[in-house]
Amino acid sequence: MTKIAKNITKEDVQYIASLSRVHLQGDEVERLTKDLENILGYVHKLEKLDVRAVEPTSHVLPIHSVYREDEVRPSLQQAQATALAVEAHNGFFKVPKVI
Amino acid sequence: MNQTTLQKYETVIGLEVHLQLNTRTKIFCGCANVFGKDANTQTCPVCLGLPGTLPVLNRKALEYAVKIALALNCKVNTFVKFDRKNYYYPDLPKGYQISQYDKPIAHDGHVLVTMADGTVKKIGVKRAHLEEDAGKLIHDERANASLVDYNRTGTPLMEIVSDPDLRSPLEAYEYLQALKLTLQYLDVSDCDMEKGSLRCDANISTRELGNNQLGTKAEVKNLNSFKAVRAALEFEEKRQRDVLASGGRIVQETRLWDEAKAITAPMRSKEEAHDYRYFPEPDLVPFVIEEGAIAAVRGAIPELPRQKLERFIKEYGLCEYDGNIIVADPDIAAFFEACAGIYRDTKKICNWLNGPLLQELNARKTGLKDIRITPEDLVAIIRKVDENVLSNLAAKDTLKFVLESGKSVETVVQEKGLAQVSDSGALEGIVEEVIRANGNVVQQIRDGKESAVGFLVGQAMRRTQGKANPKMIGEIIKKQLSVQ
Repeated sequence: MTKIAKNITKEDVQYIASLSRVHLQGDEVERLTKDLENILGYVHKLEKLDVRAVEPTSHVLPIHSVYREDEVRPSLQQAQATALAVEAHNGFFKVPKVI
Repeated sequence: MNQTTLQKYETVIGLEVHLQLNTRTKIFCGCANVFGKDANTQTCPVCLGLPGTLPVLNRKALEYAVKIALALNCKVNTFVKFDRKNYYYPDLPKGYQISQYDKPIAHDGHVLVTMADGTVKKIGVKRAHLEEDAGKLIHDERANASLVDYNRTGTPLMEIVSDPDLRSPLEAYEYLQALKLTLQYLDVSDCDMEKGSLRCDANISTRELGNNQLGTKAEVKNLNSFKAVRAALEFEEKRQRDVLASGGRIVQETRLWDEAKAITAPMRSKEEAHDYRYFPEPDLVPFVIEEGAIAAVRGAIPELPRQKLERFIKEYGLCEYDGNIIVADPDIAAFFEACAGIYRDTKKICNWLNGPLLQELNARKTGLKDIRITPEDLVAIIRKVDENVLSNLAAKDTLKFVLESGKSVETVVQEKGLAQVSDSGALEGIVEEVIRANGNVVQQIRDGKESAVGFLVGQAMRRTQGKANPKMIGEIIKKQLSVQ
């Protein structure tokens, strides 16, 4: 998985923003760079803890294997689903052209 | 490209197959998992990725995944978790796909593939994991917009990644066929490439013979049929060799197969370095697959095509060729075995299945399941040929009428008057007519050209609309012409 960078740069912030399709304006890049650096500072503190005796987990809850059975439940009506769309067309969600 | 260049290089191919599982519902919600419905009529807050909803794993999807894993000789991980693969694209309402990263369901398996030259090759399966399918995008050229249908979102997908063990486009094709057949036997997917329930991406690279390191690969996408997989890889193999032979370098890129132009071309969209920032899916707890559950799934795996082929060869004395055609369709294989249970001559059964019956199925563009014929019907037809009641021609007609009407063989033979004329009195008359009408052929026979008898037999058969017994006709002709 992604390694935690030591220092957050403006380029890091811009890269993450572009991956997340977030448009940053004005001094936002600068502000977020500081914010992220502070947040990572806390994480670095955690790195100092001795966790050798702790079993690694990928989840906070001590439960596993929660399933549902393969039984059909009603879906939304088309109009209900597309009511959520910024724009809809003939039952489809209409989005800015991709590709 | 000259012969030396051809001999200098080796092609290395690995395939990534995505298989839609035919569970009743989607992988993380209760929406029906069906194809071909009106846009956005099979969605709910979970698969639309609305805030506050939580996915819950479909037990059947995991069971199917384990079934596939075992059938592909994989090791099944007993501890399994899901991860988020983050990317923004309109077909993915959540902004991430729930997939598996470092704890997939299965790893290190293999498929045995009979290659075109008859050799059997073991193709490694590197890993297989479960994930959710994305929605479907339709690009509207005029509107300068894209339209999204989220019905497919959340369809259970099994991704099966092969090792780079394939050495030619043909091997890739054969592997895909063998994989598809195994998956069909498991009945976990309809495996239809045209409907997109089986999709395939290919990684292909080229290296100098004797070099064990992998070359830079190109990923080829948009392969919508088995033929396309092979054709695209053949194009790409030649392209890469040409680049290398002229001193160039292969660039790592994604290329799309253009079916109409029969070329691969680099994907035009901005190729951002894929950075999916995988992390453990917080909305799903991990899964422990108990040994007992694995054993239960293992017990439910049917006889797979390879084992069936070997057994048919051993038990019924089939040749490899017939056997391969028979096992290529699980329904035909079951039909064959039912026939073999009531009729001894399995070669004859094969000839009927692989010949007339398959022709009828192909002509109707349908499968055995959808037509009205039982193994008893087919054996009844074969027996009537054995007993000289039906000529081969009339037997084929009988098969056709039985398929069309669903009536019994006996009824069809009577209603259509297909039984052979074995009444020698009637046949004598017909032969006399034929002899009278073909004086020059008769002369040839008298001159010693005995093969010309066949022509007269054909003429007589035609006059009886194929209902005569050709053997009797032949004898009567020889008798009337007093030749041996």
